[in-house]
Amino acid sequence: NVSEATSNSPLPGVGIIIKGTIKGAATDFDGNYVIENVKPGDVLVFSYIGFNTQEITVGSNSTINVAMVESAESLDEVVIIGYGVTTVKDATGSVTSVKAKDLNKGAIVSPDQMLTGKVAGVQITSDGGAPGGGSQIRIRGGSSLNASNDPLFIIDGVPVDKDGIAGIRNPLNTINPNDIESYTILKDASATAIYGSRASNGVIIITTKKGSSGELQGSYSANFSVNRNSDTVDALSADQFRAYVNENGLPSDIALLGNANTNWQDEIFKTGYGTSHNLSLNGSSGAFKFRTSFGYTNQSGTLKTSNLERGTFSVSIGTALLEDHLKIDFNNKLSLINNRFGDTGAIGSAISFDPTQPVYSDSPNYGGYFEWLQANGNPISVGAPRNPLALLEQRNNNSHATRNIGNIQFDYKMHFLPELRANLNLGYDISSSDGDNSIFDSATSSNLELATLGNISHFEQDKKNILSDFYLNYAKDLDAINSSLDFMVGYSYQNFKNEGFDRNNIQDRALTEVLDYYNELNLQSFFGRLKYSFVDKYLLTLTYRRDGSSRFSKSNRWGNFPSAAFAWKIYEEPFIKNVDAITNLKLRLSWGITGQQDIGDYYPAIATYLASTNTAQYQFGSSYLTTFRAQPFNSTLKWEETETYNAGIDFGLFDNVLSGAVDAYFRKTKDLLNFIPFPGGSSLSNAGNANIGKMENKGIEVTLSTRAIRSDDLNLDFDFNFTYADTEITQLTTNDGPDYEGVPVGGFDGGVGNYIQRHTVGYSPYAFFVFQQVYDANGKPIEGVYVDRNNDGSISNADRYRFEKPTADFTAGFTTNLTYKDWNFNMAWRGNVGNYVYNNVDSAKGFRDQLLNPSFPNVIENGVSNILDSDFINGGTNRYLSDYYVQEASFIKLDNVSIGYDFGSVFGETSNLSVSGTAQNLITITDYEGLDPEVGSGIDFNIYPRPRIYMVGVNLNF
Amino acid sequence: CLNDLDTVPQDKDIILADELFNDPATYKQVLAKIYAGLAISGQQGPAGLPDITGIDEGFSQYLRQYWLAQQVTTDEAVIGWADGSLPDYHEHDWNASNEFVTALYNRIIYQITSCNAFLRETTDGKLSARGVDGQLLENIQVYKSEVRFLRALSYYHAIDLFGNFPFVTENDEVGFFFPEQIDRADLFNFIESELLAIEGTLLAPRANEYARADQAAAWTLLAKLYLNAEVYTGTGRYSDCVTYSEKVINSGYSLETTYDNLFLADNHTSNGVIFPIAFDGLRTQSFGGTTFLIHAAVGGDMDPAEFGINGGWGGNRTTSALVNTFNSGIDLMASNNKIGDATSWGIVGSATPNSWNGPDVVLHQTNTTDVLQAFVSLVDGEIKFRKDNAWNGTDFGDDGSNIAVSAGLYKVTVNVNTQEFKLEKDPRALFYTEGQELEIESISTFTDGYAITKFKNVDQNGNPGSDSTGDFTDTDFPLFRLADVYLMYAEANLRGGGGSEANAISYINELRDRADNFGTVTSINLDFILNERARELYWEGHRRTDLIRFGQFTDGNYVWPWKGGVKEGVSTPAYLNLFPIPATDLNANPNLTQNTGY
Repeated sequence: NVSEATSNSPLPGVGIIIKGTIKGAATDFDGNYVIENVKPGDVLVFSYIGFNTQEITVGSNSTINVAMVESAESLDEVVIIGYGVTTVKDATGSVTSVKAKDLNKGAIVSPDQMLTGKVAGVQITSDGGAPGGGSQIRIRGGSSLNASNDPLFIIDGVPVDKDGIAGIRNPLNTINPNDIESYTILKDASATAIYGSRASNGVIIITTKKGSSGELQGSYSANFSVNRNSDTVDALSADQFRAYVNENGLPSDIALLGNANTNWQDEIFKTGYGTSHNLSLNGSSGAFKFRTSFGYTNQSGTLKTSNLERGTFSVSIGTALLEDHLKIDFNNKLSLINNRFGDTGAIGSAISFDPTQPVYSDSPNYGGYFEWLQANGNPISVGAPRNPLALLEQRNNNSHATRNIGNIQFDYKMHFLPELRANLNLGYDISSSDGDNSIFDSATSSNLELATLGNISHFEQDKKNILSDFYLNYAKDLDAINSSLDFMVGYSYQNFKNEGFDRNNIQDRALTEVLDYYNELNLQSFFGRLKYSFVDKYLLTLTYRRDGSSRFSKSNRWGNFPSAAFAWKIYEEPFIKNVDAITNLKLRLSWGITGQQDIGDYYPAIATYLASTNTAQYQFGSSYLTTFRAQPFNSTLKWEETETYNAGIDFGLFDNVLSGAVDAYFRKTKDLLNFIPFPGGSSLSNAGNANIGKMENKGIEVTLSTRAIRSDDLNLDFDFNFTYADTEITQLTTNDGPDYEGVPVGGFDGGVGNYIQRHTVGYSPYAFFVFQQVYDANGKPIEGVYVDRNNDGSISNADRYRFEKPTADFTAGFTTNLTYKDWNFNMAWRGNVGNYVYNNVDSAKGFRDQLLNPSFPNVIENGVSNILDSDFINGGTNRYLSDYYVQEASFIKLDNVSIGYDFGSVFGETSNLSVSGTAQNLITITDYEGLDPEVGSGIDFNIYPRPRIYMVGVNLNF
Repeated sequence: CLNDLDTVPQDKDIILADELFNDPATYKQVLAKIYAGLAISGQQGPAGLPDITGIDEGFSQYLRQYWLAQQVTTDEAVIGWADGSLPDYHEHDWNASNEFVTALYNRIIYQITSCNAFLRETTDGKLSARGVDGQLLENIQVYKSEVRFLRALSYYHAIDLFGNFPFVTENDEVGFFFPEQIDRADLFNFIESELLAIEGTLLAPRANEYARADQAAAWTLLAKLYLNAEVYTGTGRYSDCVTYSEKVINSGYSLETTYDNLFLADNHTSNGVIFPIAFDGLRTQSFGGTTFLIHAAVGGDMDPAEFGINGGWGGNRTTSALVNTFNSGIDLMASNNKIGDATSWGIVGSATPNSWNGPDVVLHQTNTTDVLQAFVSLVDGEIKFRKDNAWNGTDFGDDGSNIAVSAGLYKVTVNVNTQEFKLEKDPRALFYTEGQELEIESISTFTDGYAITKFKNVDQNGNPGSDSTGDFTDTDFPLFRLADVYLMYAEANLRGGGGSEANAISYINELRDRADNFGTVTSINLDFILNERARELYWEGHRRTDLIRFGQFTDGNYVWPWKGGVKEGVSTPAYLNLFPIPATDLNANPNLTQNTGY
C-alpha cells in the first residue's frame, strides 16, 4: 500500500517499477499495488508527480508499504522544455507548469479556458459565450503590432497550426480538455528561443495523458450543464420606447409604433444545455503501455440555434525496447466536430428592433415573421433592421470538421555510448472541414421583390501539416570538475498546406462564384543547446537557433536566434543551507532573441499577379474580361526580432508552506513586421508589409502559493498570481513627424471610416484617440461640445487626444482549494485593473437620429437606455469619438466555484465514485456600464454574452 | 530539402509575374485591370481583395472618391452621412488627416503605379525577348498608348486636386524608395507631352471597343487640361482648348437626344459618350461608382424600385443653389419667337410679371393646331390662361380654378381647345421634390434639400438592371461626353481662345434643343457658361474644377448653403483650392512638401 505521508490517505496512480527493468505497476484507488516476480534485492522505485521519488530494496517481506512525501516545492518535478525535459530545480528560464488538478473546472469545451487566470503574465480573454468559442491569448502582452501575437502551441511535441480551421470556432477545441495532463508555459527568451521562429509571443506546451504500467484501469465521467445569460443589454423597453417616440418623433414616426410589447433579447436567447461523456482506459500489455479515451460533448449556446457537438478519440502507446535503449511513443488525437452557428447579427438586431412590434405578422410572407416592409409589400432592405428571431431561424449555418493530430517519437540511447541520445519525432496535424450556410427562401434578404431565392453557400478546406524533428543529445556528468554537461543539436522541418474553396450564391447559377485557395508555408530550423552546471549550484544554458521561412526571399530567409541564461541555486550555498526557513531560493537571469514571421500572407515577398473573380471583371466591347492585378510585394521582408531580458527569483519558505516566484522582464522588438503606409508611388499598393517600427514591453510577474493548512482531514491552499505589464510603441514609420497622428486602428460600428484607436509612438498600442467631452453642472454630457485642446477656436481632429488603452495595467488571479475529509471545494477569482473599453453599444445605439433616422422615415429603431441619460440627438462623427464612451472596465470576476464529494470505493474494491458541482461566471464586479467589461479588442459591440454555467458531474473509476 | 523553402503559389488564380505573359491573352487582361481600376475597388466584386487599404473598401473606389471630392465640396451636392471626416468636404474643413482625401490620393497613385507596371512589362526589349510579334505586338502597342492615356488621366486628376504630386513613371521600379515631388507646372508639361505623344497611336475616334479609350478620349482630356491651364500653370492655353475641342466635335459624335438616357442602365447605347467608366450589376460590382451614385441619392419617400435598386442609402442631395440655376439662362423673347407666331392667348396671374392685370405673357403658335406654347419665368403664385388680355369669358385654368405654381423657368404648353395644359421645367432638372425641402436645415436629414434622380439602374423601358437582388447597377458613368466638349469650346472661345462665337452659341442651343426644345440663347457670357455647365453636367464630377476656374470655389463672394459649415454659407480660404498631401504620405516620404496653407 502506498499512502500520502502527512494525511495517511491512500495515493492512487503511483508508479512502481523494478529498477533496471520495465516491469512495474501502479497503485489503484485505494493505494494498493501488486508486483509479481520480485526477487529479494530488487530495488522498487516509487514515483509520483509532486512527490519525492523513493527507492526501496526488497527484503523478505512480500508487503511493502510506503508513505510518499510531497517533494519540496516539487523541485524534482519534471518540466518540459523545448526538445527535452529538465527539472524544476535545474530550470534556468521562466517556465510555469500547471497540472490538470489545478486547472479551471466546469463545463469547458476549449482547453485554453482551463488556463484562464492561472498563470502570471498569461492573459486569456474569451471571444464571447458561443459554445466552443475562441480566445485571445497573450503571454506578456503582444510583442508584435501587425504580425501575430498568438503564442506557439505545442501538443505532445507537435507545434500546431494556430490559424483557424474553417468551420471551427476555436482550433484548440479539437483537443478534449479531459485528455490534458498539463500545460507548460515558456515565457522568457531563454525558454522560448529554442523554438526561435515562432516563439516571440511565448510557448504553451500541452501534454496529454499517457498510459501507465499495470492493470487495466478505466475511468468514466459525465456531466450535465445548464447555461443561461445573467444579464441583457439595457435596451429601452416597449413602454420606454413608446414614450420616447411620442415625445421626440415626427407624426410619421409615431404612426409606425405598434401595440406589442416584445423583448427581443428574450426572444433570441434561451437556456442552453450541455452534456459531456468521457471514457478512458489505461494499462499495459507486455512491453506496451497504452491509454485510450473517448469523449462526447454536446453543448447548445444561449443564442438560439447555436450548438456544438464533438466526439474525440485519442490513443497513446508507449514502449521501451532493447533494454530500455529505444523508447517509442505514439500519440493520435482525432476529433470530429459539428457546429451550428447562430447569426450573431441577431444580437445587435435585438437591441435595434422596435419592441412595439410583434414577433410574427399576420401575413404568411417572409416566414410569417414581422419585417419592415415598403408600401408595396416588398421588404425595406436598406436602413431597416431584420427581425432578430428570423435572422436565427431562417438560416442554417453549419459545419463539420475532422482533425487528427499525432506523432511518433523514437528515442534511442546509444548502446555504445549511453550518454548520447538520438531523438526522431515525426508529427502531423491534418484537418478537413466543410460547411453550408443557407438562408431560407422566405428570408427577406435584400431583394427587390418577394424573395424566393434565399442564399446558399458552401465551403471546404483541407489542411495538411507535417513535422519532422531530429536531435542528438549528449549528457555527461564531469565529476572531476564538479560539473555536468548537456549538449543538444537538432534540425526541424515543418510544412503547412492549406487548400480549399468557398462557393457562394449557389441558389442562382448566374451569380455562383467559387473562390479557391492553395497556400503552402515551409519552415526549417537548425538548433542547439548547451546546458552546463557547476557544483550543482551555478547553471548556464546557451541556445542557438537558425530559422528559415518560405515567407521571405532567399536573401532574407534565415534568422539567427541566440539566448543565454544563468541560474544560481542560492539555497545550496552554505550560508543559506542552514537557514531552516528557506527551502528554496534561486536566482535566474536570461537574455535572448526570438523571431516572428507570421504575417498571414503566404507569399509576401514575391511578385505575382492575382486574377479577379467573376464579379470583378471589366467590359471591353461586348465581352467581360477577367483581370490580372500586379500584387504588392516586398522582397526585402525579413524576420522581426524580439530581444528579451528576464530576471527572476524562485523561493520557498517554511518547508514550502509559502512558495512562489517573481519575474521582471524587459522586451524590445525591432524591425516590426508592420503593415504601414508606403511612400506613394513606391509600391503596388498604398500600404503593405515592411520591417519598420519598434516596440517595448516590460512587466513584473508574481506567483505565490501557500499551503495554509495541512492536516489529516483538512487541507487549504491559496494560489495567487499578479502581473503588471506595460507596452509602448517606440517607432512607427521611417519618418515619425510630430504632426503624425499615428496609424488609425479600431474600426467600429456607426459610420464607415471612423477609427477610435491609434498606434502612436510613445503610447500603448491601440490607445483610444478621442475628443474630450464637456459636461454641464449636473454631469450630463453637452452634445457637440468638446474641449478645444489646442486652443485654436475650433474643434477639429487636432483636438483629439490619446486616452487610455484596452489592455490592463494589472491582472491577478486567485485560487483557493479546500479539502475536508471527502469533500473538496475550489474557487477561482480573477481581476483586471486599468483596462478601458469603448462602449460602442451605447455610441451606436444611443442617439435620436439612430432611433428616428431622418434618412429612413419609414422605419423606427430601438436604442439603449443611455439615450435617456445623454439625450443625444445627432450621429455626427465627433459624438462617436467622444471620451464619454471610453469607460474604465476594471473588474473582478468570480470565474469558478466547485464543490465535490468522494464516495470512495462504493462499487467494489478497485472502484471510486465522486460527484461534483460547478458554477462558472458567477460574479462580476465592475463600474463598466456595458454588458461585460472583458473585451479583448477594447471595442464593445455585439458580444455573444458569456453565460453563467451550472454543471453537475460524476466520475467513476474502475 | 532546403529547397522546400522556395514555396510558390499553387492557386490557379495567383500567377508568378515571370510566368504570367506566357499566355498572350493576359496582356489584355492586365490592361483590363487598369481600366477596372476606375470602376471597382479590388479583385473580388463587390469587396474582399482591395487594391488599397486604410479605408472601407466600398469607399475606396476611384470614381466614388473622385466624385465626393469634386461634388460634395460644392453647391451641387451634400451628403448626409457622418462617416469619418466625410462632413469636412461640404464644410470646407478638411486637413491632411482626412481619410477621404487620403484615399483619393492613394487611389490616384495606385492607378499610376498600375500603369507604370504595365509599361515596364511591355518594353520593346521584354516583348521581343518573349517573342511577341505580329498582330499581338500591334495590339500591345495600342494597349500601351491606352495605358499612357489612363496614366495621364490620373495625373490630370492629381494636378487638379493636389497640384504638386509624387512623380513616378515606368522608369521607377517598385521597391521601398522615396519618389520626388513634381511641381504643378512641370506635371502639366508631362501630361501634355504624354497625350500629344500617344495621339497618333491610339485608335481613331469610335474605332475602339466600347469602354476603351481612343483618340477622342485623349483629345477631350487635352481640351480639359488646356481649359484649366491658367489655374495649373498661370498661363492660359485657350486656343489649344478650342483646337482639341474642335477635333472631338468633328469626330462624328452626336448628342443623345433624350438627356435622361445618358444615365440609365442601358446608357452604353447612348450617343455622345466619349469615354465611359463601365459597370455591370453582375460582373463589375463595387460599392462605389454608379452603385454608390444611385443608392446614395435615394431616400425619403422615393421608391427604390423606380431606380432599379433594392433600397436607398439616404445620403446625397443638392442645395437650392443648383435648383436655382434652372430658373434662368435663356433668352425668353428669342425662345418664344422660335416656337412660332405670337397669338392673342396669354398667361396671366400672380406668378407672372404683370400679375393679374396683364398685359399677359404671350403664347405662341406651335406646329399643332390649338397647341400654344411660351417660355416664362414665374414666381410663387397662381396662373390662368385667357385671350386678348381680358376677362372675356375665355379664361380657363385647372377645371376652372387657378393653377398654383412655384417659382421657376417654365415651358408652358396649352391646348386652347381641350383646355389641357402642361408646365415643364428644363428636362435636365431631374429633381425629386415630394416630401423634400428645398432649403437644408440639417445636412444629416435626407428630406432637407432636393434629391436628384439623374442616375438610375433602369433601362429606357423602365426595366431594372441585371442584378436581380438590386444591389449593383449596370449604369455606366459618362466620364467624358460631347456636351462637356461643346461647353469647353464655348468657354475657351469666350476666354479668347479663338474659334467661332456663332458656333459656340449654336452648340449651346443644340444642348437645349435636343428632342424637346427648352429655349434658346442668342448671346453667351462666362457666367452663363458656368451655370449652363451646372445645368448640363451636374453630379458628373466637374463642379469643383469649374468653380475654381471661375474663381468661385473659395475666397470670393460666391457662397452656397452650408458652405463652410454655416447654413447661409461663408467664404472659405483660398488654400482649399488644392487638397493637402495626406499626412500618411508626408510621414512616409521625406521628399514631399505640403501644399501651402495646410
